[in-house]
Amino acid sequence: MHALLSWLIWLPIGAGILVLALGDRNIVIGRWLALAASLATLGLAVPLWAHFDTTTPLLQYPQHLPWIPRFQAFYALGVDGISMPLIVLTAFMTVPVVIAAWRVIATRVAQYYAAFLIMEGLMIGVFAASDALLFYFFWEAMLIPMFLIIGIWGGPRRVYATIKFFLYTFLGSVFMLAALIYMYVKAGSYSIASFQALPLSLSEQRWIFAAFMLAFAVKVPMWPVHTWLPDAHVEAPTGGSVILAAIMLKMGGYGFLRFSLPITPDASRELDLLVIALSLIAVIYIGYVALVQQDMKKLIAYSSISHMGFVTLGAFVMYEIVRSTGSLQGAGMGVDGAMVQMVSHGLVSGALFLCVGVLYDRLHSRQIADYGGVVNTMPMFAAFMVLFALANCGLPGTSGFVGEFLVIIASFRASFWYSALAAVTLILGAAYTLWLVKRVVFGPVLSPRVAALEDLNGRELIVLGALAVAVLVIGVWPAPLLKVMQPTVHHLLSQAVATKL
Amino acid sequence: MHPLNANVLLAIPLLPLLAAALAGLGGRVIGRAGVHTLACLAVGISCVLSLLVLRQVYFERAPLYDHAVYGWLVSDGFHMEVGFLVDRLTALMMAVVTFVSLCVHVYTIGYMADDPGYTRFFSYISLFTFSMLMLVMANNFMQLFFGWEAVGVVSYLLIGFWYTRPSATFAALKAFLVNRIGDFGFLLGIAAIAYYTYSLDYRTAFAAAPGLAHALLPMTTSSAVPALTLICICLFIGAMGKSAQVPLHVWLPDSMEGPTPISALIHAATMVTAGIFMVARMSPLFEYSDTALSFVMLIGAITAFFMGLLGVVSNDIKRVIAYSTLSQLGYMTVALGASAYGAAIFHLMTHAFFKALLFLAAGSVIIALHHEQDMRRMGGLAKYMPVTAVTCWIGALALIGTPFFAGFYSKDAIIEAVGASHRFGSGFAYWCVLLGVFVTSLYTFRLLFMTFHGKERFRDPAAPAASPALSHEGHGHDEHGHDDPHESPAVVTVPLVALAIPSVLIGALTVVPVLFGDYWGRSIFVLPGNDVVGRLAEEFARPAWVSFALHGFISPPFWLALAGAVTAYFFFLRNPEWADRAEQRFHWLYRLLTQKYYFDWVNERIIAPLTRGIGIGLWKGGDEVLIDGVMVNGTAREVTWLGSVLRLVQSGYLYSYAFWMMIGLALLLGWFVLQLRG
Repeated sequence: MHALLSWLIWLPIGAGILVLALGDRNIVIGRWLALAASLATLGLAVPLWAHFDTTTPLLQYPQHLPWIPRFQAFYALGVDGISMPLIVLTAFMTVPVVIAAWRVIATRVAQYYAAFLIMEGLMIGVFAASDALLFYFFWEAMLIPMFLIIGIWGGPRRVYATIKFFLYTFLGSVFMLAALIYMYVKAGSYSIASFQALPLSLSEQRWIFAAFMLAFAVKVPMWPVHTWLPDAHVEAPTGGSVILAAIMLKMGGYGFLRFSLPITPDASRELDLLVIALSLIAVIYIGYVALVQQDMKKLIAYSSISHMGFVTLGAFVMYEIVRSTGSLQGAGMGVDGAMVQMVSHGLVSGALFLCVGVLYDRLHSRQIADYGGVVNTMPMFAAFMVLFALANCGLPGTSGFVGEFLVIIASFRASFWYSALAAVTLILGAAYTLWLVKRVVFGPVLSPRVAALEDLNGRELIVLGALAVAVLVIGVWPAPLLKVMQPTVHHLLSQAVATKL
Repeated sequence: MHPLNANVLLAIPLLPLLAAALAGLGGRVIGRAGVHTLACLAVGISCVLSLLVLRQVYFERAPLYDHAVYGWLVSDGFHMEVGFLVDRLTALMMAVVTFVSLCVHVYTIGYMADDPGYTRFFSYISLFTFSMLMLVMANNFMQLFFGWEAVGVVSYLLIGFWYTRPSATFAALKAFLVNRIGDFGFLLGIAAIAYYTYSLDYRTAFAAAPGLAHALLPMTTSSAVPALTLICICLFIGAMGKSAQVPLHVWLPDSMEGPTPISALIHAATMVTAGIFMVARMSPLFEYSDTALSFVMLIGAITAFFMGLLGVVSNDIKRVIAYSTLSQLGYMTVALGASAYGAAIFHLMTHAFFKALLFLAAGSVIIALHHEQDMRRMGGLAKYMPVTAVTCWIGALALIGTPFFAGFYSKDAIIEAVGASHRFGSGFAYWCVLLGVFVTSLYTFRLLFMTFHGKERFRDPAAPAASPALSHEGHGHDEHGHDDPHESPAVVTVPLVALAIPSVLIGALTVVPVLFGDYWGRSIFVLPGNDVVGRLAEEFARPAWVSFALHGFISPPFWLALAGAVTAYFFFLRNPEWADRAEQRFHWLYRLLTQKYYFDWVNERIIAPLTRGIGIGLWKGGDEVLIDGVMVNGTAREVTWLGSVLRLVQSGYLYSYAFWMMIGLALLLGWFVLQLRG
């Protein structure tokens, strides 16, 4: 019995409740408490990584307690090489959000911090749950704080964005719940492992795959169910955008790896071309759309969708590799690439949204046209912005390169054309990102408001600096990250290519 | 026979990286003098170590060094490493890169003295040196791609160095995007190699090449292409971007927006030659695909001749040299296509010296004239700037291939090699490189005459108005023409002299081992049937450096070069009105050339708007109308229902309600856990 995962979940939630109870009147204490709690959670993530056994695909740090005995639902936790890096990412990304809000959020401050801390615990719960009902509980509960964050601290069209966001994700997950209940009835348990072992006929698998697909495709998001994301990002406050892009989108990718591939392997094999086609559409179609955006946040939101296309492509390309080469060799590179891409995108998109937040805090505009020549007044900021932009273009030496490189190499084994279409991101990604940089950062100062900008303060410097270090370290030495995932990915492959029929 | 020392090899790229990091992060603390001392020292040590490595590899015959530095990642049994391959090809490139880089570092102290971005500039050029060394020292495709992209980024940052100028930021973006089109091909080539060998190490790929020569890669269910040809052409598309070959050349002339030292270092001597180096490095692959080599030769031939012509009509001194660089890169590419890899690298080396020299000399003129780049506002400068003029003449003579000068040996070797080649396209290529000699001489002497000789036009306030293509470097021309131009300080002229010496001597000194001898050893692979250079070697008596040069006097290129010089003399020095008359007579040709064959026009007027149009179409038509309009909002048309929810949300009560609901849920769950624990 191991309580580390429970600590990771409940420590931030407990701290969040405490901050809420302290209220806005004691916000100075509340603020420091929030920072301490997020740092403590990150501190707990250190032993999680350090003591992680990289030789086994089995769930580690397991905890198994009865929860709702009538339904055979357990409070069951445990992590493997796929969930552990995402938990660390969650713990890491919450800290900058707390710091970034330090002086910026003026209304309902206690509630703001509480929402983020509670959400952190719930998101860690999503990745840590090994019981499907518990997973579903965290999955839905997590929506509530995000709903509030956009609804309360969001921009002028926040209500439209919130409702669109909520309806999309909620509709998707209702189908997933139905699929989970169906399997519970068949398996007599909510344990995810029992679902993975459950024999299912092809038609059952197809239905379950479709239900999962709805839930996860909305989260990723995949074309054509992606339109909620740009609206949600544009209206969300900076912290909301960061968490949305960095963590919440990963839940879709995580769901595909945890549920779709191992539970419905035959349906996945049958419908893989659908996912691959939607992924490639995401990479190219969305790349073009990102190019013409006038709003910085919208541009980065579209860029996120395009980058997440690599995650779904990498996850499903294994079936085509087996089909075209007759061997599994290289199939794991696709999954590895998908995982690295998730972690990297979490860092890079989070950093870019923080950069936009830095500008928005000063000028209260997200329109690209309102900027230009920012480098003249904010040279330090410009250096970070350019670095993260280059990481977003997949520059080797930054984390953005690793995942895309692996996925492109892996998909070549399936078909030259998948690889070629995915590699178009090299051109489109550079075009939309660096054109943004050109218009915002470079050039002469044209507006008096830009002339009055002040460079990064210490708080912002720490936040962006930490992210920059993470982006570079993963880019220069991704080996440890891949080593952690290896046995799990190997195990996942064997599940995904096996047949349940 | 001592093996190379791993720590020395590691120090060579890491020292400039360290200098770049310190200059970039701590520039304000260290100060300007501290930064330039540090950067020059780091690159200087790298240069000395590189020369020692070269000595060890060639004279002491040190064995090949091919080892990993560290494991980058392992994925599904696929090992990717960072590692060095140091053989004679690498050692030569390392020496050239660090030497030119050192000269440029020193020169920068003078050239950028008044620039507010002084420390940033040093940080960039040191970072560039690191990236370029990682590129040439790589022993695998992953690291090659890292270096490839890293030099591209530094080039992007340096072209846009003066970021307040819209033309500079535009040129930077253009350079990066055009290069990315090349990288698209390059990456696919790498993926194809990974597909066939399940490794990214050079040695595995080279060992697999003969077997791949007959492999077919399926494209559709019913068609397939030869695998190795696809790999080589994909890799070469990368080289076309980086080494600015038609039609991916469009970024290089615009890159002259950057400060002159980087035009010399990056856009003449080193980075743009990365593509040439890469193909030579990949000779064990290219040798097995005649189709790919023919493609290489044709692209190179077109670039060599047609880009040279553009140099004849440009009035911006830096752009003339830039077109010359394009043309010379074309020569190197033609040599690659003719399987004369050694001759290509030989020309790369000599070109690095004399072209860097020409750029730095042009820079010296530009600062003397307070950032004037238009040759129509120059003339007669030899009197005021003797060192610059003499060194520039040396560079020019080397460029046109005057016998005994460095450029002669390498360029004549290329022409002879292409003449001896029987590959498809070699006939066309031969005429291109031969006539290219006349063109080279014409634009080179035009530059010399318009800049250093003839009427002194720099005092002339009524000089021709700046053409649209013209770019002014720096801070306008406020101090124009008030005093006589004077020679540049020693930090500028010493690097000029340091580059002038090898521009004269390096060809004669190295032609015997590099071209005719066994210098390359096993670092370059040529199939016996393709060895045009080897056949060449048999023709010349010893000492070959003399007989080759003497032979040069009676061969067509020499007379073509002379004809070019004489034409330039009459048209641009003796009777400048002849040039105007020719311009009017051949107006269509002049217009075609000044419009640069309409490449930019097509890119800016057709491709760019089309791309934006597709984006807007997909966004407005796809996302907003089809998906949101029809699917989402259409099905959820109960807007009134949304409205009522909306009112509840805005009342504020819902928030606290939802909050407490959420907390209640959490407490309930916690209670269950605690309850059932015991």
